[in-house]
Amino acid sequence: MTVHFKQDKPDESNRLDDMRQGVIGKALPRVEGLAKVTGTATYAAEYSIDNCAEGVLVTSTITRGEVTSIDRDAALAMPGVIAVIDDPRLTTRAAQGTADEAPQQKPKTVCYWGQPIALVVAETFEQARDATKHLAIEYRVEEGAPLDPNTVEPEEQEDETVHQGDLAHAMSEATHSVDVTYTTRGHASAAMEPHAAIAQWDGDKLTVYASLQMLNYNISELADALDMEEGDIRLVSRFVGGGFGSKLGISEEAVAASIAAKELGRPVRVVMSRQQVFQCIMRRSETTQRLRLCTDANGTLTGFGHEALVSNLPGEEFAEPVLQSSHFLYGGENRELMLKVARIHRMTAGSVRAPGEAVGMPALEAAMDVLAEEVGIDPVELRLKNIPEKNPEEGLPFSSHKLAECLRQGAEAFGWDRGPRKPRQTREGEWWVGTGMASAARVHNVSEAKARVTLKPDGTALVETDMTDIGTGTYTILSQIAGEMLGLSPDRVLVDLGDTRHPRGPGSGGSWGAASIGSAVYVACQAIREELASRLDVEEAELDLSDGKAGSGESIVDLLDGKDLAREGYYEPGDIADDYTASGFGAFFAQVRVNRFTGEARVDRMLGAFGFGRVLNHKTARSQCLGGITWSIGVALTEALEFDPRDGHLVNPDLAEYHVPVHRDVPDLDVIMVEERDPAASPIQAKGIGELGMCGGAAAIANAIYNASGARVFDFPMTPDRVLAAMPD
Amino acid sequence: MRPFSYTRARTLTDASQTVSDDRAMAIAGGTNLLDLMKLQVETPSQLADINRVGFAEIEDTDDGGLSIGALATNTETAVHPRVRADYPVLSRAILAGATQQLRNKATNGGNLCQRTRCYYFTNIDQPCNKREPGSGCGAIDGIAKLHAILGTSDQCIATYPGDMAVALSALDAQVQIATSDGGSRTVPVRDFHCLPGDTPWRENVLEPGEIITAITLPAPVGGTQLYRKVRERSSYAFALVSVAAIVELEDGRFSRADLAFGGVAHKPWHDPRVADALIGKAPSPELFDRAADILLEDAQGFGENDFKIPLARRTLHAVLEQAVEEAS
Repeated sequence: MTVHFKQDKPDESNRLDDMRQGVIGKALPRVEGLAKVTGTATYAAEYSIDNCAEGVLVTSTITRGEVTSIDRDAALAMPGVIAVIDDPRLTTRAAQGTADEAPQQKPKTVCYWGQPIALVVAETFEQARDATKHLAIEYRVEEGAPLDPNTVEPEEQEDETVHQGDLAHAMSEATHSVDVTYTTRGHASAAMEPHAAIAQWDGDKLTVYASLQMLNYNISELADALDMEEGDIRLVSRFVGGGFGSKLGISEEAVAASIAAKELGRPVRVVMSRQQVFQCIMRRSETTQRLRLCTDANGTLTGFGHEALVSNLPGEEFAEPVLQSSHFLYGGENRELMLKVARIHRMTAGSVRAPGEAVGMPALEAAMDVLAEEVGIDPVELRLKNIPEKNPEEGLPFSSHKLAECLRQGAEAFGWDRGPRKPRQTREGEWWVGTGMASAARVHNVSEAKARVTLKPDGTALVETDMTDIGTGTYTILSQIAGEMLGLSPDRVLVDLGDTRHPRGPGSGGSWGAASIGSAVYVACQAIREELASRLDVEEAELDLSDGKAGSGESIVDLLDGKDLAREGYYEPGDIADDYTASGFGAFFAQVRVNRFTGEARVDRMLGAFGFGRVLNHKTARSQCLGGITWSIGVALTEALEFDPRDGHLVNPDLAEYHVPVHRDVPDLDVIMVEERDPAASPIQAKGIGELGMCGGAAAIANAIYNASGARVFDFPMTPDRVLAAMPD
Repeated sequence: MRPFSYTRARTLTDASQTVSDDRAMAIAGGTNLLDLMKLQVETPSQLADINRVGFAEIEDTDDGGLSIGALATNTETAVHPRVRADYPVLSRAILAGATQQLRNKATNGGNLCQRTRCYYFTNIDQPCNKREPGSGCGAIDGIAKLHAILGTSDQCIATYPGDMAVALSALDAQVQIATSDGGSRTVPVRDFHCLPGDTPWRENVLEPGEIITAITLPAPVGGTQLYRKVRERSSYAFALVSVAAIVELEDGRFSRADLAFGGVAHKPWHDPRVADALIGKAPSPELFDRAADILLEDAQGFGENDFKIPLARRTLHAVLEQAVEEAS
């Protein structure tokens, strides 16, 4: 029985707070943690399947053109080599998040260097990998593929454009103004687990074990790519070793494994190499961003301009949504926002860790620091002064808004000095030491979601959905939500995820997982409660469940009469999304040191204060924040994809040369979670958490670099060469 | 990875015979070689595993120096009490390299032979004169941020990526080599690595069949010993510029200034003129600048790595300033 709940209005009842089990929000350890650290959690490539052949993708060595022939004789003559597959259904890019249809196919048409064009299958992985180097591939090269976003005429993304009032006039009339341009480099998701899939056919039925974030979409993407019915496909992703956007859409290895397994009549595993993951999946676009901000004498914004240039391959709809939070974070009646996308032949640009705000917020918040100095006002004060009462463009109210609390609580906990700020005031040996801060913002997303909850006669509960846990804590929070609602200790709730035979969840991405699927579980549990209440002949509101018993003393098991009690919860966001602007907010504070000789910048300590609605598990929520702040350090200081200027290939496609922060780059981090219930965000009053921690943090570091050393750097990441170039003598 | 045969050498002679074939290679820790084999940058037909041939001891030499076995690990070397006490620059340099896990596996001999991290060398679908003579240099007009500013050629601008050898160069250590005829020879670390010239594939002076057996350090040299590594993240990153320094002052003047530089050339860079410029002079920023002028006289950037020229100057300043402070 499916119970449908569509949220059309705010829910102030905060039902989870009325329950008696007392586990919601508790810092429970991850239920799958032991399995992961002992190696018993089975990741996609690790399923033991008889007679499985091994496939390795073949990638192009040209940037643009056609594959005219593949001479496979030499490769096929090699020991163990079974097949060279260049089926036209092979996909050449990963699907964009929520695409719901096959990505680009036609593998013979090459659009970027390193694009998959074929698959070699052999008895062993090593044989297949070696054989990929023994194919004689002929190309017809199309010279002159544009590679530099600054050399092509970009396309305007018109739905992002805002012209409100007259910014140019406001800038010229304003007491204070800044007009600054920032650049950010490309980023990779850099998940630990590489993309991998095993495909197995049983007649016309296909099962694929894969590392994916959004099975609900991935199944239709795969079905479309293979021209199949969804009902004939089963996808399994029980454990995902990090996604960060890179596994939102079906990617090349899963489609290739499926085609090969069908053709060869045996299971096929395809695992991408680290280099292929970097080169064939998604990059975050580099950006160029112009910020124009102007205020009256007191520092109140009168104008707000944010224009961004990003890039992608021809034919891709995704454009890094740089301006997402700029639309509503600060006031200013004269507004100009514009996003442009340049069509170039680097690999596909798509969702990478907090698409949009991860790079838009650092630029905006660095510009706010320049503005604070111009106005002569404390940077915290400048932000507080410019928090709008409602969305300054659409006029919508905010569902809930904790930016001011985050700024105040964060400043207090960090020990922010509100005195006059001048750079180069503190030196410790070779190091200039300074502080900086920034706001955080990330739009809140939710999606429709389904989950089935079954109360079992043995006194346990089972939660089933195809939702994934990409390392964020989904297994654990769902056991807490069901446990809280049904009066069960979470260790009596079994959560079964990552299998498309279950009701469809929203998948993990855009930080929407917990609020969406958590609401579906909540809706199912609410329906079970109603059934239990009717069996007890009481009102549901009076039902008082804890530790397997109702308040009146009856055991829940006795009410079941030896039978399962199952309900499917179907949560739908509803019209409320049109009535409110919903966002997570926060504030970052950082202390940074800059070496006066070498320009190296290192973070001494950093604090993030966040408001993201109800916290479902303090431990997993805090871990999300810590991870987000760590990515902020990467954006600020270390991470940059480097592309060859002549053929656009990624020159640093591994974890030695693409620099994610290492332990030593990540100092003492502090997280404050501001108490909040967002009645319009979801029926469980929760908002997204995962990405907020990296939405602006890089600017706190950039601003601290300036405060420490006097180097005002306008290019992220702020590597020693760039800091030195900007450092006063 | 190409199919290859694997033999476990029981003696040095075994190993030497095997690697006399230029399609064979010795493997010890394998931290660099295995990665390169997977990428098919290295395609040996045979591997001779030398981990059981001995030469893993770290022991005193007759002249009061220290002999460090080629097959001792980087970690064993860095934490050895005599290395820490008498050659701290070496300990510091090793600990500045790679990660704990890699250092646990990497051997000293292998570390000396580690290959460049040039992006074009490690990608077999790109040109590289070092990997494929005559195919061209991808880095010269490509992404060259990591690349050399000293001793480059129009064939190759790659750097030697290691840290340990930079300290060994400052210490004027000697490389002990077993030759293929059963004899041995000694080569100063300063002469062990080659400049690219017209033979960029040749990175060191080892001949076919030769195997490093030990590195010998001179009797303790004292002084203030520093290793400074400038890098984009604070661990597990190759040097943009590094400096190994052994500095002593007498009566307020430099009496020793053995300096070697990493991240700037195809080999650990040691220019004796730098010490000549410093010795006998009182430390001052102007003096440091003069030393840097000499060091960087012939430095040439390739666009993206132009910053290394001022960075090398500034890092030299930083190290000398710190050394003088610690020595005084």
